[in-house]
Amino acid sequence: MSKLFMTRRGLLKAGAASGVALAAPMSFVRGAYAEEFCNLPTGSSVTLGFNVPQSGPYADEGADELRAYQLAVKHLNGEGDGGMLSTFSSKALKGNGILGKKVEYVTGDTQTKSDAARASAKRMIEKDGAIMITGGSSSGVAVAVQGLCQETGIIFMAGLTHSNDTTGKDKKRFGFRHFFNAYQSGLALGPILAEQLGKERRAYHLTADYNWGWTQEESIKNTTEGLGWQTVNAVRTPLGAGDFSQYLTPVLNSGADVLVLNHYGKDMVNSLTQAVQFGMRAKQVNGKDFEVVVPLFSRLMAQGAGENIKGILGTTNWNWSLKDDASATFVKSFGQEYGAPPSQAAQTCYVQTLLYADAVERAGTFAPPEVIAALEGFEFDGLGNGKTLYRAADHQCMKDVLVVRGNANPTSQFDLLEVVKIVPREEVTYDPSIFGGDLGPADVKAC
Amino acid sequence: MDAILLQFLNGLDKGGAYALIALGLTLVFGTLGVVNFAHGALFMLGAFCAVTFNKLLNLEQVVLDETQKTAWGSALEIRTPYVETLFGDFGHFLIDYSVPISILITIPVMLLIGIAMERGLIKYFYKRPHADQILVTFGLAIVIQEIVKHYFGANPIPQSAPEIVAGSANIGAWFGLSDNIVYPWWRLVYFGFSAFIIAAVFSFLQFTTYGMVVRAGMRDSETVGLLGINIQRRFTVVFGLAAVVAGLAGVMYTPILPPDYHMGMDFLVLSFVVVVVGGMGSLPGAVLAGFLLGILQSFASMNEITSIFPGIDQIIIYLVAVVILLTMPRGLLGREGVMEE
Repeated sequence: MSKLFMTRRGLLKAGAASGVALAAPMSFVRGAYAEEFCNLPTGSSVTLGFNVPQSGPYADEGADELRAYQLAVKHLNGEGDGGMLSTFSSKALKGNGILGKKVEYVTGDTQTKSDAARASAKRMIEKDGAIMITGGSSSGVAVAVQGLCQETGIIFMAGLTHSNDTTGKDKKRFGFRHFFNAYQSGLALGPILAEQLGKERRAYHLTADYNWGWTQEESIKNTTEGLGWQTVNAVRTPLGAGDFSQYLTPVLNSGADVLVLNHYGKDMVNSLTQAVQFGMRAKQVNGKDFEVVVPLFSRLMAQGAGENIKGILGTTNWNWSLKDDASATFVKSFGQEYGAPPSQAAQTCYVQTLLYADAVERAGTFAPPEVIAALEGFEFDGLGNGKTLYRAADHQCMKDVLVVRGNANPTSQFDLLEVVKIVPREEVTYDPSIFGGDLGPADVKAC
Repeated sequence: MDAILLQFLNGLDKGGAYALIALGLTLVFGTLGVVNFAHGALFMLGAFCAVTFNKLLNLEQVVLDETQKTAWGSALEIRTPYVETLFGDFGHFLIDYSVPISILITIPVMLLIGIAMERGLIKYFYKRPHADQILVTFGLAIVIQEIVKHYFGANPIPQSAPEIVAGSANIGAWFGLSDNIVYPWWRLVYFGFSAFIIAAVFSFLQFTTYGMVVRAGMRDSETVGLLGINIQRRFTVVFGLAAVVAGLAGVMYTPILPPDYHMGMDFLVLSFVVVVVGGMGSLPGAVLAGFLLGILQSFASMNEITSIFPGIDQIIIYLVAVVILLTMPRGLLGREGVMEE
């Protein structure tokens, strides 16, 4: 027993010594690595990190994103039919991996929770050596992971995220978004609403009470009020309310003739289904047919709403029914691989992977500052959304936006959305300074 | 006035669902003394009985039409449900009425699930502390959820009400009030259905010998046991009955809320508040509190009220629960001696 006895002084000495011993090699390693950027590939392969919701409410969307990523990796490595590599305006990609290195990937589960998404991205960066992180199916996750990537100096190619904040007040030098945003939904939808529903309308908003809902409500309100519409009321509903009846019945007596549902996913399915049950599609108010508008549509979610989406207007980033070469090529190669057409989430994820790989090829290096420079201000075509610009000021893609309507006569179980108009890029381009925010530095080496 | 009437109806409807789930919870707690956190999962399983039945009815004959191609080059699939090809109009009727008809399947299925759950897992936890019971049933709920998600996916699966009750009723016109008072037929059906089930459960307990024995057992199971009655077996049946009630509530709720694997959890927490407010172990208390809280929640989300107290709609239930527990620690109709030993 007495052999184990230790004096206070002895303990302090031992502690200090072991502290020095532990710290010394680390500081050397740190010094050595500080010359280099994070996770630069040294062997014959390069690792990408696909961070998608594999559990939780958006798991189906996440599964489709993952399918798209796996297809992109195949095409980058020269397997399969090459997909949109053949239609992409930049010809830097040769189907021999990225800079000759074979593309490999690791996956993580965001669970549609910011903290889980950050933790899984962190694991992929620190443990698996991912050079780039991509994915996600919600804006909360995108903003959180983007922040982490900025801190560590890893490029983040956002998946499905529609909030203005992702490339607005929370924009980051290392974060890039191909998907459109709520502000652009408003810009695209406005003229169509005026054309189809008239300029004298009274709108009632139900809004999911979180970041994305607020920005969409604001964007749509600004647009419709600009058209001359009145906003009768804008009510915030708790996320995942389930039963929306107590929020829907006040609409009936409010004198409103348009209901705008700023809901996504399950909330959208529930509120829309219930609004239809309350007879809102069959109603006349102020001598006009009552209308429901869902500003952000997703085909995967539309399946959940069944019959109820027929005839309802909204916007979407991309739809598989587009007839341009690039879209048709992508649908063909995705459909042959998986037996179903890709969702908009799958398309944006596939495109983001190609864009990153292409930027590295053009930069000739994996070093983030050069890759960022290659992406900033990059003009391209042939990826399914027409001529597109990766805007340097906020890392938001400027491209066409689709205004769609729930298909009244679907020809198949996938044929749920009908494209009403392809709103040209010029009409959805806006001044990047309106949302504030700061991109931050490009030479972060924080491994 | 219109708004108040509509919110009252909403409250009855919501209250019906809360009351049905809380009733089952209380039955289990009152008889077996088990706090069953897997009860929400039973509600969800009931809803998925309807989904499964509907899926079976909609099993499709797939014919490949080589003359038409999909966008990715394979032959177009023409799908027709087998029941429609086999039975024609009757098949169509079956699909249209799949939700109410699935009740017939749900009852035996839920009874079996309930009994299996009690015999297979819960019975080993009678003598354990409530914390253990909560942990094991909560774990069970997660397991059930994940199994359902594995087979049915994470997205909600819409179920439609029969066409005849798909629209909304012009209630205002019935009472000579404004035309703006419309209410979905199916929600009215749901309220009627929940009232019927509640009445049936109470009659069973009140007017049958079996129910009398169960009630006696709830009071003092030891004495009932001494009289030579196998009270445990009856309690097992009561657990099955509670599962059936939860399952039926779930089945009929599917046209209102497209079911997904998580719907049980969403209801569970609220139902527990309902049970506590009603008084642990009190069946009339559970029903009363279910309707009371449903109606309060609806009123609290009226625009006139949220403009004064923003966000009150999301906390009202818990606020009321706090006030009631402070003034009436045993809940509305709770009796002495429950959970107090």
